[in-house]
Amino acid sequence: MGSLKEVRSSIEEAYKKKLDRPRIIVGLGTCGMAAGGTKVMAAIETEVEKLGLDVDLDFTSCIGMCYAEPVVEMGLPGAASVVYGGVYPEDVAQLIESHMVNKTPVTDKAEIQISAGGATYEGIPVMEKSPYYEKQVRSVTSRLGRTNPERIEDYIATGGYAGLEKALTMEPQEIINQVKISGLRGRGGGGFPTGTKWQFVADAVGDKKYIVCNADEGDPGAFMDRSVLEGDPHAIMEGMMIAGYAIGANEGVIYCRAEYPLAIKRLNMAIAVAEEMGILGDNIMGTDFNFKLRIKAGAGAFVCGEETALLNSIEGKRGMPRVRPPFPAHKGLWQKPTCLNNVETFANIPFIVRNGGDWYASMGTEKSKGSKVFCLTGKINNTGLAEVPMGITLREVVFNIAGGIADGKKFKAVQSGGPSGGCLPAEQLDLPIDYDSLISGGAMMGSGGLVVMDEGTCMVDVAKFFLNFTQLESCGKCTPCREGTKRLLEILERICDGLGVPEDIDTLERLAKTIKTSALCALGQTAPNPVLTTLRYFRNEYEAHINEKRCPAGVCPELLTYAIVEDKCVGCGVCIKACPVGAITGEKKAAHTIDASKCVKCGACVPKCKFDAIVQA
Amino acid sequence: MAICKCTGEQVESPQDVQLMELLEHYREYDGALIPVLQGAQDIYGYLPGEVLETISKELKIPFSEVFGVVTFYSQFHLKPRGRNIIRVCLGTACHVRGGSKIFEGLKEILGVDNGGTTEDLRFTLESVACIGACGLAPVIMINDDTHGRLTNDGLDKILEQYE
Ligand SMILES: Cc1cc2nc3c(=O)[nH]c(=O)nc-3n(C[C@H](O)[C@H](O)[C@H](O)COP(=O)(O)O)c2cc1C
Ligand code: SF4
Ligand code: SF4
Ligand code: SF4
Ligand code: FES
Repeated sequence: MGSLKEVRSSIEEAYKKKLDRPRIIVGLGTCGMAAGGTKVMAAIETEVEKLGLDVDLDFTSCIGMCYAEPVVEMGLPGAASVVYGGVYPEDVAQLIESHMVNKTPVTDKAEIQISAGGATYEGIPVMEKSPYYEKQVRSVTSRLGRTNPERIEDYIATGGYAGLEKALTMEPQEIINQVKISGLRGRGGGGFPTGTKWQFVADAVGDKKYIVCNADEGDPGAFMDRSVLEGDPHAIMEGMMIAGYAIGANEGVIYCRAEYPLAIKRLNMAIAVAEEMGILGDNIMGTDFNFKLRIKAGAGAFVCGEETALLNSIEGKRGMPRVRPPFPAHKGLWQKPTCLNNVETFANIPFIVRNGGDWYASMGTEKSKGSKVFCLTGKINNTGLAEVPMGITLREVVFNIAGGIADGKKFKAVQSGGPSGGCLPAEQLDLPIDYDSLISGGAMMGSGGLVVMDEGTCMVDVAKFFLNFTQLESCGKCTPCREGTKRLLEILERICDGLGVPEDIDTLERLAKTIKTSALCALGQTAPNPVLTTLRYFRNEYEAHINEKRCPAGVCPELLTYAIVEDKCVGCGVCIKACPVGAITGEKKAAHTIDASKCVKCGACVPKCKFDAIVQA
Repeated sequence: MAICKCTGEQVESPQDVQLMELLEHYREYDGALIPVLQGAQDIYGYLPGEVLETISKELKIPFSEVFGVVTFYSQFHLKPRGRNIIRVCLGTACHVRGGSKIFEGLKEILGVDNGGTTEDLRFTLESVACIGACGLAPVIMINDDTHGRLTNDGLDKILEQYE
């Protein structure tokens, strides 16, 4: 292929025509499928065929509204398209009849409408004005839910590969300069300035250099990389190719975790078609730039997300971190200079090259530029993906975008930064979200997972949960991490079991600080963070567990007591049958009682009582 | 490769042929070990000792190193597993939304513990740290399918879909 410009206009033309046809689009990312999207698609196919409708059926990936999955978009020529949420096979016939046949949207199932500049419908929020999207700025996520990720035409028609096309006319150093001006910091967690990293690799001496994309995304609670991999695979490839041209590499590897089969499938398709079109491979777009790309599937080890461990894993070894220096920029894959970045980092690059570094730097805060994609999960009303300008407050994200706490409960904490991060309490809700503020609050940006917890969450249990995770995932190479996290976990387990002693708090703090300063890689260096922040903000919960043998949130089984409320109990006797140890006694039609010395706190009786007479406290 | 019990000759099963093709494909490839192990596990369902020996010999990598890699990564298995692999997410979002209850429920239905396989080899049950569908927590994955927003009541119906 010669210049992309020649084919671009015909692709754009065809794309515009497509938008002017009646169409139904189903969200089929992993989350959409998990909610039942495939069955909805099948029901739509059947219905469209039955009615003999002239409608284009298509699919997209996740638009970000996980809370509304399965999501179906319906559009008619000249009108805004409506995104329906919570669509199940049984809803399909009515939706199609009303929207596609009678041209009347079903307002109560409509989440948002996306206007194409034309008319809009009454009574349905326009995307940009809807509570979920109002505060968002969508660039990296702009194609998610809007294009078919398995069709390169959709990518090109929406500006795809224009960044690469432009980059190939620029001096490599000028590209690096633009990335520096943008202020982009690595989105994989550490926040290292991307332009500076690229400069190191460009300046490094080596006959061969590599580009590596870290798509390992191991942080529980984070799925932004999966969403981009599944929803916009070409954007990552384009970013990697631009990086390759800028630093002088002609080979790239995407290390994708094996838990993401759909992402791997779509990446493979994207690579194959880009090669076929001459966008990837030799003499890209008729220039003398060559670039080869392959995927390496992970094999299940969290520590492989750490950059040096990841390189070992690509080389076929155990994924254990290497001692640094030398840094990967100088001696990376096969000891060659290597530029390793996160998925979201690469996905930002085409936008920066197309719009200029200044455009990117105009968003965000002084030291954290641009936008960041967050995953909103936990006890909130709207779980999903949100791309927001850096510097937005936690409160805006939790209460405006995520719609506040579910089931009318009270906010307790937001966990940010995964296992390396921390839990921030209500007093910190006005903290701006940027790299430095989060660290000053005791948490971390990490990859961008925000797990919201309500009053029903025990913070000692949460700390135990994370320590259990890091303890299992420690590669075992260095002692502070291997042995230290185990000791931390043991103490936390004791506290949750009601066997804590007052000295435990001091021991936890001392041990945590030692591990932080002596572990070899960031896994061990950050593993104590969940303990330290919960101690900082929720010390009273630790004290209640240790001194009063009480779990204020009512979570730790050993510290719960079960009792029957006399006034509510009608003496039906159902609970007696449920109790495996015969702790409940009572006469028929008279209030029953639980013998605390026999009760093993299994909780089996609680759901059995139809009168809510059994309470745990 | 298997040895024929009657003649003592080496016989090749279709799986062994596939393994040879796999090795051929990766012979000149840098960092071949992990993709070869992944491919071999796809062929046999797990990694039998003889297969590891063949891989070690063919790729000229010491057996100890092959074994070290196999035991390091959680996705390699040295024992036969069920036809359907259930991965229950016990990540943060799922934890906060009651993932462990789902795990307990599945253990009870299947009568196996973490890592266990049912006697009829229909299911293997495992826990994982995050499937990346946290927005639909609690979540499980059966083979390559993800199921979200689970409740214990719905588990039977989901399992029914897998033979
Ligand atoms: C234990 C551990 C796990 C990590 N996991 C990931 C990951 O899943 N994805 C990622 O991009 N970075 C991860 N990182 C950070 C990487 O080591 C590295 O800093 C990053 O990929 C660099 O890319 P960036 O500059 O674009 O952020 C992890 C680090 C540690 C210590
Ligand atoms: S800190 Fe932990 S994970 Fe990192 S090298 Fe040491 S033992 Fe391995
Ligand atoms: S099930 Fe409830 S109402 Fe019936 S005896 Fe037990 S506590 Fe009382
Ligand atoms: S919690 Fe369990 S052991 Fe205790 S009274 Fe209820 S059913 Fe019996
Ligand atoms: S925490 Fe369960 S899917 Fe992420």
